[in-house]
Amino acid sequence: MQYVSPVREPLVTSGKTYHDVTQDICYQVEAAPNIRWMGALGVALILLGIFFYSVYRTLWYGIGEWGLNKTIGWAWDITNFVWWVGIGHAGTLISAVLLLFRQKWRSSINRAAEAMTIFAVICAAMFPVLHMGRPWLAFYVFPLQNTLGSLWANFNSPLLWDVFAISTYFTVSLVFWYTGLVPDFATIRDRAKGKIARFSYSILSMGWTGSAKHWSRYETVSLILAGVSTPLVLSVHTIVSMDFATSVVPGWHTTIFPPYFVSGAIFSGFAMVLTLMLITRVVFKLEDYITLEHIALMNKIMMVTGSIVGVAYITEFFIAWYSQVEYEQYCFINRATGPYWWAYACMMSCNVLSPQFVWIRRVRYSIVMTFILSIIVNIGMWFERFVIIVSSLHRDYLPSSWAMFSPTRIDVGIYVGTIGLFFTLFLLFAKFFPVINMAEVKTILKYTVNDGPTYGGSNDGSRSPAGHHAAPAPYSTPGVPASAPVNYDKQND
Amino acid sequence: MKYWKGIEELDNSPEFVKNAFAEFPDFLPVKEGRAGSADDSSVAPRRDFLKLMGFSVAAATLAACEAPVHKAIPYLNKPEEIDPSISNFYASTYFTGSDYNAVLVKNRDGRPIKLEGNPESPVTRGGLSARAQAAVLNLYDGARLQHFMAKGKRVEFAQLDQAVRTGLGSASGKIVLVSPTIISPGTKRAIAELAGRYRSFEHVMYDVNSASALLQANGGVLPSYDFSRVNVIVSLGADFLGTWISPVEYSRQYVTNRKVSTDKRTMSRHFQFETALSLTGSNADVRVAVKPSEIGPIALALYNAVAGGGSSAGLSAAAQKQVAQAAKELQANRGASLVVSGSNDPAVQTVVAAINQALGNVGTTLSLTTPSFVRQGEDGRMSQFISDLKSGAVGAVIFYHANPVFNHPRGAEIEEALKGNKAALTISLNDRLDETGSLCQYQAPDHHWLESWNDYEPKRGELSLAQPTITPLFKTRQAQETFLRWAGSNETYYDFLKDGWRTVLGTNNGFQAAWDKVVHDGVATGSALPTPTFTTQPLSLAEATSRLGGASKSGIEAVLYEKVGIGEGGIEGNNPFLHELPDPISKATWGNYVAVPRKMAEENKWQQNDVLKVTAGGKSIELPVLVQPGQAEGTVSIAVGYGRTKVGKVGDAVGANAFVLAQATPAGVQYYNTVTLEKTGATNPIAQTQTHHTIMDRHEVVQENTLAKYRENPKEVSEYERVATPDGLEKPNKVSLWQDYQYNDHHWGMAVDLNSCIGCGSCVIGCQTENNIAVVGKQQVLNRREMHWMRIDRYYSSDHHEDEFEKNGKLKTYAAMEDPSDNPQVIFQPMMCQHCNHAPCETVCPVLATTHSSEGLNQMTYNRCVGTRYCANNCPYKVRRFNWFSYYSNEKFEDVNGHMFTDLGRMVLNPDVTVRARGVMEKCSMCIQRIQLGKLEAKKQKRRPKDGEIITACAQSCPTEAILFGDMRDPNSRLSQLLRREDGERAFHVLDSINVQPNVTYLTKIRNGAAEFFPQEEKA
Repeated sequence: MQYVSPVREPLVTSGKTYHDVTQDICYQVEAAPNIRWMGALGVALILLGIFFYSVYRTLWYGIGEWGLNKTIGWAWDITNFVWWVGIGHAGTLISAVLLLFRQKWRSSINRAAEAMTIFAVICAAMFPVLHMGRPWLAFYVFPLQNTLGSLWANFNSPLLWDVFAISTYFTVSLVFWYTGLVPDFATIRDRAKGKIARFSYSILSMGWTGSAKHWSRYETVSLILAGVSTPLVLSVHTIVSMDFATSVVPGWHTTIFPPYFVSGAIFSGFAMVLTLMLITRVVFKLEDYITLEHIALMNKIMMVTGSIVGVAYITEFFIAWYSQVEYEQYCFINRATGPYWWAYACMMSCNVLSPQFVWIRRVRYSIVMTFILSIIVNIGMWFERFVIIVSSLHRDYLPSSWAMFSPTRIDVGIYVGTIGLFFTLFLLFAKFFPVINMAEVKTILKYTVNDGPTYGGSNDGSRSPAGHHAAPAPYSTPGVPASAPVNYDKQND
Repeated sequence: MKYWKGIEELDNSPEFVKNAFAEFPDFLPVKEGRAGSADDSSVAPRRDFLKLMGFSVAAATLAACEAPVHKAIPYLNKPEEIDPSISNFYASTYFTGSDYNAVLVKNRDGRPIKLEGNPESPVTRGGLSARAQAAVLNLYDGARLQHFMAKGKRVEFAQLDQAVRTGLGSASGKIVLVSPTIISPGTKRAIAELAGRYRSFEHVMYDVNSASALLQANGGVLPSYDFSRVNVIVSLGADFLGTWISPVEYSRQYVTNRKVSTDKRTMSRHFQFETALSLTGSNADVRVAVKPSEIGPIALALYNAVAGGGSSAGLSAAAQKQVAQAAKELQANRGASLVVSGSNDPAVQTVVAAINQALGNVGTTLSLTTPSFVRQGEDGRMSQFISDLKSGAVGAVIFYHANPVFNHPRGAEIEEALKGNKAALTISLNDRLDETGSLCQYQAPDHHWLESWNDYEPKRGELSLAQPTITPLFKTRQAQETFLRWAGSNETYYDFLKDGWRTVLGTNNGFQAAWDKVVHDGVATGSALPTPTFTTQPLSLAEATSRLGGASKSGIEAVLYEKVGIGEGGIEGNNPFLHELPDPISKATWGNYVAVPRKMAEENKWQQNDVLKVTAGGKSIELPVLVQPGQAEGTVSIAVGYGRTKVGKVGDAVGANAFVLAQATPAGVQYYNTVTLEKTGATNPIAQTQTHHTIMDRHEVVQENTLAKYRENPKEVSEYERVATPDGLEKPNKVSLWQDYQYNDHHWGMAVDLNSCIGCGSCVIGCQTENNIAVVGKQQVLNRREMHWMRIDRYYSSDHHEDEFEKNGKLKTYAAMEDPSDNPQVIFQPMMCQHCNHAPCETVCPVLATTHSSEGLNQMTYNRCVGTRYCANNCPYKVRRFNWFSYYSNEKFEDVNGHMFTDLGRMVLNPDVTVRARGVMEKCSMCIQRIQLGKLEAKKQKRRPKDGEIITACAQSCPTEAILFGDMRDPNSRLSQLLRREDGERAFHVLDSINVQPNVTYLTKIRNGAAEFFPQEEKA
C-alpha cells in the first residue's frame, strides 16, 4: 500500500470498501446469468455458427469460396488478421506498459483488456491458418525436425516471423492474464458454495492461499511478465507490418510501417477496449470501478495514437511524392482517387478526423460519444488494413493484371463469424471469470490513515442486491466507515 | 546336366520331394525354446499366436480400407518403338477445313498427348496455331459419337453399309456429298470411287469462311502468297495473321520481314483497312477503321491510284489520305508488294487481283501457278444445293464433316428440309450428333484425324501425311474407308492411300523406302491433287469497278469475323482450351459479344455487358456489348462459331450463333450486314482476362520505338533505368544488396522479341497442353482466376500521356490515361514467370516451397506449398496462379475441365507434369520436364545438351519464333549471342528498376510508322 495524496481524485468512486469490491465483482460470477447476458450470448453463438459454416465451406471447397483472385491474393483474410491483432494490442499495453509506468488507473480495466487481447489474438490466429490453401499442412511453417534433409522453414519470410511473434505474444499474454487471475480465483473459490464451482475454481486458483510469500511472488512475476511483454507490444505489430514492408508491392514497401502499425494497433485496441468496457460497465454495474476518468484517459490515448496514424498516412503521401517513384506515386494517387477511394475516404475520416473530437472535454467525458467514436475507430481501422492490402495489390506494376476485389458471402461470414467467436469467448469470460482484478483494485482504494477502507460485513450474501439490475447500494453495510470523500465536482457536472 | 539348388535337393529326401511340390511350404513353427520338451512342436507357441494375430488384425484392417483398383496391364508383346514413359513423336497433319498445320504428335505410352509444329514442313515451318495446339483434346472428347447409328439405334458397320448402299442405289434424285474443302488427294480419289458407283453423284464443297470470291477473281485458283518477300502490304480486311486462309504460314512469312537487328534495319510496311480490330490490324503500322461497305470503294480508289485515273472521292478523309500513301508506297515497291482482301465480294477481289497485276506482284509475292488449295468452296454451288434440297431434287445427301445447319447463313432452310424429309436418304459422317448430323437418318462417324491415315496437299507441290497415333477409341470408321465400302470396295484406306502415292513416289522398288521416309517426315514434295473445278466465271474488271459504288451511308453495319481460338466453331466448339483462350484483342473468353465503338456506346448509353438484340434480315440474336477500341464508327462486329446447340457440354449455349446474320447473296456469302440494335435491359457479363487496357505510360514494362529512330541509332530505342551511386549512374543490378547465385552448369533464360510476337495465343495453348493447366470456366474467369501460366498482355495506346501532368494535373491525366484511343496502337507482350535471380517470391514463402535452382530457375515444390499466396502478392509480374478449387474433382468444373474427370479425358494429360492439388500455387516452370529430359538424353550420350535441343512448349509452338529459349551460360548459344548483340539496344528486362533480375529478356518493339502519316506521333 502506498500513500495517496488526498488531493488526488479517487480511482474507484462511491467509497467502496474491500468487501464491496469483492462483493460487487464476485456477484457477477456467483449470481445466475442475467437475461441480457444470455441474449448477448445467443447472438454471439449465432454468429459463431456462421463462422463454422463459412469455415466449413472454405475447408471443404477451397479458398475459391472467397473473393480473391490472381491479382489480389489477400483481402479480407489478412485485413481481419491485422485488425484483430491490432485490437489485441491494448491488453498488453494496459497490463504491461502501464504497469511499468505505474498508472494505477489501469487496475480496473486490465483484466478485461487482457482477456480481450487473448480472444482477439485467437480470432486473429484463425486467419493465417484459414487463409492457407492447405491448412492441414499448416505445421510446415514450424521449424520442426523432419526427414526431408535440409528442408526447413524459411527464416527469410516475414510470415515465419509472424508465426513466432504471434505465438509468443499469445503465450505471454495468456500467462500474464492467468497469473493475475489466480488470487481472484482463490477468492471465488473461498466464497463458492456449489461443489463444481468450488472444485473448478480450486483447480484454477492453483492452491493460492494468499500467504505473504505468494503475494511476493505474484508481484515479482507480474513485474517480470510486464517486462517481457512490453517489447512484445512493439514487436508483434512491427512484425505484422513487415509482412507488407519487406515486399516489393508499391504501397506495401514502406519503412514507416512498423511505428505506423504499432500506433494503429494501440489506437484500435483502445477503441475496442472502450467499446467493451462501456458495455461491461453498464451490464455488470461497474460504474464505480470504470469511471468517467478511465474513459477520458483512454480517449486521450486513442486521440494521440489516432493522430500518429494520421501523420503516418500523410507521410506516406509525402514519401511517394518525394521518392519520385512512378509506381509509388500512382499507388497513392490511386488509393485516394481510384476505384477504392471510398475505402480510403472512410479510413481517413474515421481514423484521423473522428478522434480529434476528443479534444472537446464534453466528448471525452461523454459515454455515448465515446461509444460512437470507439465504433467508428474500429470501422476505420478495419478499412485502413483493407486499403493497405487491397488498394495496393489491385493495381500494382503491370496494368494488364489490374483487378478489382469483391467479397463473397463466405468472406463476410468468416469475418462476422470471428466477431461471434470473440464475443462468445468474452461473454463466457465475463460470466465465469472476475472481470475486474479484485486484488489490484483493492490496492488503489483511496484511504487516509484514520479513515481507510475496512473489511466489513459477512460473506453470506446479506448485502446482495435486490435484483439483477439493482446497483449495490453504497454504505449498505451499517457501521462501516466510508473510505473516501464521495462528492467531487466532476460527478455533478 | 543339372544344377542343384542346395544340399537338400542333392540328397533328394522324401520330405524334400514332398515340400518341393507343395506350392506353399508347411507352416514352420517357431519353437519356444523349451528344449527337451517332447510335445512342444504340436502346440502353437505363444509368439506364433501373437504373430498370427497381429498379422490377421493388420490384414483385416488393411482390407477394410478399400482402395480403388487401377489396373495397369503391361504389353504382352512390347511394340518395337514404344518404351513405357518415353515419348515418341510421329509426323501428322492437322486440317479441319480451315487452317493447315503440319504437326508432330507426341505419343506417350500409346496415346497422343500433345501436338507440336513439324519443322520439316516448308508450309508451316514448325509453327502451330492455337487451334491446332488444342486439337489433341478433341480426340478425347466424350461428346463424339461412339458407334454407327441408323434411325436412332446403334448398328454395326455392315448393317449400315447394307442400308446405305441400298438407299444410294435407289436414290430418286441427285446424290450430294456436302463437305468443307478437301485437300486430301486420297480422300478425293475415294470420293471419286463412290461417285463412280452411283449415278448423278455430286460433291459440293463449301467453306464456312468462304473465299469463293477470291477463287472466282483468280480464275478458280487460290493464289499462294509469300509475305516474306513483301515490302509493302495492304490488307483490305484480311486477317491473314489470325484467321484468313493460312495464318500460320503467313505469320511465319510476315515476320521474316518484320524482325530487325543491327544488321537489318528494314521492315515491311503494313497498311490495314478494316472494321473490327483484328489480330492483323493490331500488328499493322497503319490501320484505318472503315465500314465493311467501304472496302469496295477503297479497293477501287487504290486501284485508281496505282493504275492511274479515277478518283478516291466518297471516302473519308483518313481513308483517302492513307489510300494515297499506300498507293505511293506500293508503286515504289513494284513486285515486292502485296494487296490482299478478306472480302467475299467478287468485284472487290477482281479489283484487288487487278491491283496486284498492275504492281507486277503476280509471280513474285503472289503465285497463281502454285496455288493454295485450302479453300475450294463455291458459294453458288452450295446455294444451288440448298435450293435443290428444298425442292426435293436431292435424293440422298451425305454430310462429311459439314454442319451447314449451324454454320451456313441458310442453315435454317436446310434444317427445315431435313426435318421435312425432302431427301429420301440422309447420312452424316460427322464425328458427333451435331446440329446437322442429328437430323440425318444414318450416322457413320469418322475417326478422329489422330486415328486415321490421310494425305494432304495444302499447296501445289507440297504434300503431307497423317498417320494414326492411337488405336481408334470408339467404334467409328474412317470416312474414306466408309466411302470405299459404299463404293463396293473392300480395300483398306491405308492400301488405297498408299497406292495413290505411287504416282508421287514412283512405282519402282524404291517406293517402300520413300514411303517410309514420307511417313517419318510427314511431308514430301510432289503433287497429287487434281486442280479443283470452279464453275463461276470471273468478272471483268470493268464490270467489277462498276459495281463498287459509294459506301452505303445509312444504318449500322455489322461485320462477322472468326475468332483466333474457336474459328468457325466446328469440333473446336467443344474444346474448353479454345473457349478459355482469351481473344488476342478483347481478351474475352467464353462466348461472343457485340463489339461496338465507344462513341456508339456513349450515344446509345450502352454499358459493357448490356445485352443487345441484333436484328438483320428478320433474324435476331442477343449478345452483350463490349466496347472495343479500334472498331470503325457506325459498325459493330460479332464473332461467329458460338451458340452451338449440339456440340457437347462444353460448348453448348456459349454465346449466340451469328451465322444467321450473314447475307447469302447470289454473289456469295457476305460476312457483313446492316443491322438494328436494341437494348434488351438484361446484362450478361463478358469474362475478360484483362480489364485494364492501357499501359499507363509505364515504359519500363513494355518498350516500343520507331524504325526511324532505330535506323538512326539502335542504342537509343530502349530506355534503361539507372540509379545514382557514388560512381555515377549505374544499372540497378550493380547496386544489389544481394549475393548473386553462382551458376556452374547451366543458366536457362529466354528472350521474347516483341517485334516478332503477333499475339496469336498459340503459346498459351501450347503451355496449357504441355503443363496440364486446368480450365476454369466463365465464372472463374470473371472472378479473375484463369490458370494460364503464360498469357499475352495486350496494351492499347492512349491519347493521353505523362507530359500532360504539368498542364492538366496528375489526377486528371492518370484518369485520362486509362482510356484507350479510338483507333489505338496495340502492343502484345507474352508474360510468364520471369525466373528472377532475385525473386521476390522466394524470400517470402514461409515453407521454402518456391526456391531457386542451381540453373537459374525459380521452381515450385507443390508438395511443400501450403498456399499462403504471399508469393503471388509479391510477384511484380503477377504470373503466379493459385488453385482456388480442386479443378479435377470439384463438380463445378466437370463441364469445363471434364478432361480431368474421366478416364477418357485424362489420357490427354502429360504424365511428366503433376496435376496440381487444391490450395497450391503454380506457375511457369520453363518446362522443367523438357529441360530434364534434354539433360538426361545428353547425359546418356556423355555430352552437354546442344543449343536448340531443349525447347519450351511456348517457344516450340510460336509460329513466328518470337520466343527463344536457351542456356545463357553457353556463350555460343543462340540466346547468348542474341543477348550480346542486343545488349544496350533492344534488350530490356521488364521492371528493371526493382532489380529482381529476371532471366527473361524482351526485345523492344519497333514500329514502321513514319511521322508524317502516322496517326499519333509515337512518344520516344
